[in-house]
Amino acid sequence: MSAIIRKIVTTVEETHREIGRTISPPTRKAVAVAVIENPFAGNYVEDLSPLMEIGAELGGLLGEACVAALGIEPSQAESYGKAAMVGENGELEHAAAILHPKLGAPLRKAVEKGAALVPSSKKMGGPGQALDVPLGHKDAAYVRSHFDGIEVRIADAPRANEIMVAVSVTDSGRPLPRVGGLSADEAIGEDGLR
Amino acid sequence: MPEVELRKMYVTVETIYHEFGPVPDVPLQRAAALAVIRNPFAGKYVEDIAGFMEDLKPLGLEMADRLIAALGGDPDRVEGFGKGAIIGPGGELEHGALWHVPGGYSMRERLGDSRAIVPSTKKVGTVGTRIDIPITHINASYVRSHFDAMELGVPDAPRNDEMVLALVMTTGPRIHQRVGGLAAADIKGEDGLR
Repeated sequence: MSAIIRKIVTTVEETHREIGRTISPPTRKAVAVAVIENPFAGNYVEDLSPLMEIGAELGGLLGEACVAALGIEPSQAESYGKAAMVGENGELEHAAAILHPKLGAPLRKAVEKGAALVPSSKKMGGPGQALDVPLGHKDAAYVRSHFDGIEVRIADAPRANEIMVAVSVTDSGRPLPRVGGLSADEAIGEDGLR
Repeated sequence: MPEVELRKMYVTVETIYHEFGPVPDVPLQRAAALAVIRNPFAGKYVEDIAGFMEDLKPLGLEMADRLIAALGGDPDRVEGFGKGAIIGPGGELEHGALWHVPGGYSMRERLGDSRAIVPSTKKVGTVGTRIDIPITHINASYVRSHFDAMELGVPDAPRNDEMVLALVMTTGPRIHQRVGGLAAADIKGEDGLR
């Protein structure tokens, strides 16, 4: 089963200044969201594997959309994250089926490597509600400067029988990181943690 | 007049494939650019503010260029437009009116000889406030198929001494337009209205 997509929204946020300081070059975060039909809205379905296939499709599509929106090479991506919001006739487990089993591999291909776990979040919700996508360094989850998040909302989604699926990719960490911890320069990026 | 101090820039592209009706061959795209800038007049009444319009022109042109690029780079694809502003609580509604000239004329300049007035809205708001930007046809305001709107906002803006300035461009009519009226194909495009 492939996704029936109603809309795709792609946003790039640039931060040029923060608390009176110039950020040069600006930090940049992209987030791409697909609004899809929930094939299992309205009833309990035991086998969620079709949603897992949809997850694989969207991991590639949305990951590539983020990289394209940033105008970077895949190797220049620094952090990533994913999230889903299920409309009221669905079930939280539908978000899990899309996000966890198969979305990661094609997303990692879109950003090159991606040794780290893709941080994630999920919720049930309705049109216009905010979805916060967590962000972490793509090769070393402990890189502290790259713990972040980005909020997305779409005025008319998700409707009751829809799911909003979001993938975020950045080419930078927070604007003014200074809480220590493992830095991106020091990360080895082999075990996905450090 | 004061320098334009940009804190953040958002560029969003929404690609709409359907809204539960027949899927058109070409999806509708709507793009928005939001700039978060410092409001140099926040905190007190300033009589002479009009000179700031001139300072905002380069920002308007940059935003118009980004929107055209986000829609594929061809200005001829753009059929609808709109603009708006959210002024942080330290400012006044009149500060939002500064965006009419630089926002509107930058889009007209980049879109060739667009004749219609650029529809607009403005309000005083705070961090996270959303605004519905009205949209009409670029050459004839009465084209009914192109009346539309896009809800936009920035999660962390406008702060007390900031403004969010918005421009919107679209590539066509509402996705399932069917309420008649003046059609885009029937316009004269001389007076900006019909």
